[in-house]
Amino acid sequence: MSVNVNRYKCGYCGACVGVCPVGALELVETWIEVDNTCTSCGVCAKICPVGALSVVK
Amino acid sequence: MKNKYDIIVVGAGPAGSITAKTCAEGGLDVLLIEKRQEIGDPVRCAEGVGKDALKKHIEPDKRWIAAEVKGSRIISPDGTQILMSGDAAMKDVGYTLERKVFDRVLAQKAAMAGVEVMVKTRATGLLRNNGNVSGIKAMYMGETREITASIVIGADGVESKVGRWGGIDTSLRPVDIETCAQFLVSNLDPGEYSEFYLGERYSPSGYVWVFPKGGYTANVGIGILGSKSGSIRAISHLQKFIDTFIPHGKIVEMVVGGVPVSGPIKQTVANGLILVGDAARQSDPLTGGGIINAMDAGKMAGEVCIKAREKGDYSVKTLKEYEDRWRATIGKELSKSLLVKNMVLKLTDEQLNQLAHSLDGMDVSTMELSKLLYVLFKKNPKLLWELRTLFN
Repeated sequence: MSVNVNRYKCGYCGACVGVCPVGALELVETWIEVDNTCTSCGVCAKICPVGALSVVK
Repeated sequence: MKNKYDIIVVGAGPAGSITAKTCAEGGLDVLLIEKRQEIGDPVRCAEGVGKDALKKHIEPDKRWIAAEVKGSRIISPDGTQILMSGDAAMKDVGYTLERKVFDRVLAQKAAMAGVEVMVKTRATGLLRNNGNVSGIKAMYMGETREITASIVIGADGVESKVGRWGGIDTSLRPVDIETCAQFLVSNLDPGEYSEFYLGERYSPSGYVWVFPKGGYTANVGIGILGSKSGSIRAISHLQKFIDTFIPHGKIVEMVVGGVPVSGPIKQTVANGLILVGDAARQSDPLTGGGIINAMDAGKMAGEVCIKAREKGDYSVKTLKEYEDRWRATIGKELSKSLLVKNMVLKLTDEQLNQLAHSLDGMDVSTMELSKLLYVLFKKNPKLLWELRTLFN
């Protein structure tokens, strides 16, 4: 389970990192990394200002 | 970069740089790390700030002041305007900053005070000694390092990994974050007032701002409550606003970001650890403003670090003074703002219009926000009953 990040859309703001309940996301310069603790809860995708994230079930 | 410092500050925003500078001026050996390769860029901010509050920390400089503003204009859903200006409303009112320069200057001032600054250096975890935070694991240009310190300062913004690593739950629920988008818009004359457009018509549970940025440009942005985001995004709402109200505007820059609006969190210190600024969720839940709170908190944190060094005690027992100080000042204001924010969220566009109309014929232009709220409360007690505790 994980999230997909559309790097062509992502504004690399880090808002998704702040809302991840398990701390699975990390903003590194201009890209988001997702580790294997991601539960696909979808909170990050919901709050993304540009809609760059989508949940992979 | 050495392997050992008194203080390591993670994040070179206003909170981090002021903390680092204060510590260095107190004789401490300080490392300030920033994971980006350029401090201050990309910007994640509407860049508005009050003049007097800013002057407590730094002498204004035309290098990073983009424009001066005379006050604020609040616009209700039906277009009714409330003008707040002059000395009373915003304490000599404000500036729109050029954060790309401002943040860099703050870091430079920290460096001039003796702080070692490392860019492109990312904290990847915390070191511990007997359960206490004792430094960080870091990555610089792809190489991992371990650096020890008596205190680690988490100034890592809305992303706030340092707090979580230190056992402080800083995660934000969707209702605790404003998801924001902003364009720097050219080809418009924004005047000399910052504008705030309230109501669902403009933004779901947030507001649209237009901050003059000088030279026929303005920061035009929107914040929507995270819980209202999903089907439509902040960026889409903003584009709609621009298309409708500023169709002649030319977009020359895009900014996106998240602003914590949770109000005070339960804990901001641990043994060997302090959180400041957005990492400590010290941004104002009502306005989203956070620069001054971040700088004030950074100053307090730095002063407490100096005391901790004098005592040789870096435990919560000593660091709690920071927690007590910011809660007694910044925290009180955040709690009030949270109360107002939670009430405003419940208001319909019609009710917002009713509030605006209740000021018809009144000159509120020289009132402070607290006084304005009191006047609104007296005129609309049923509607604003939840605010009664503010005026006891």
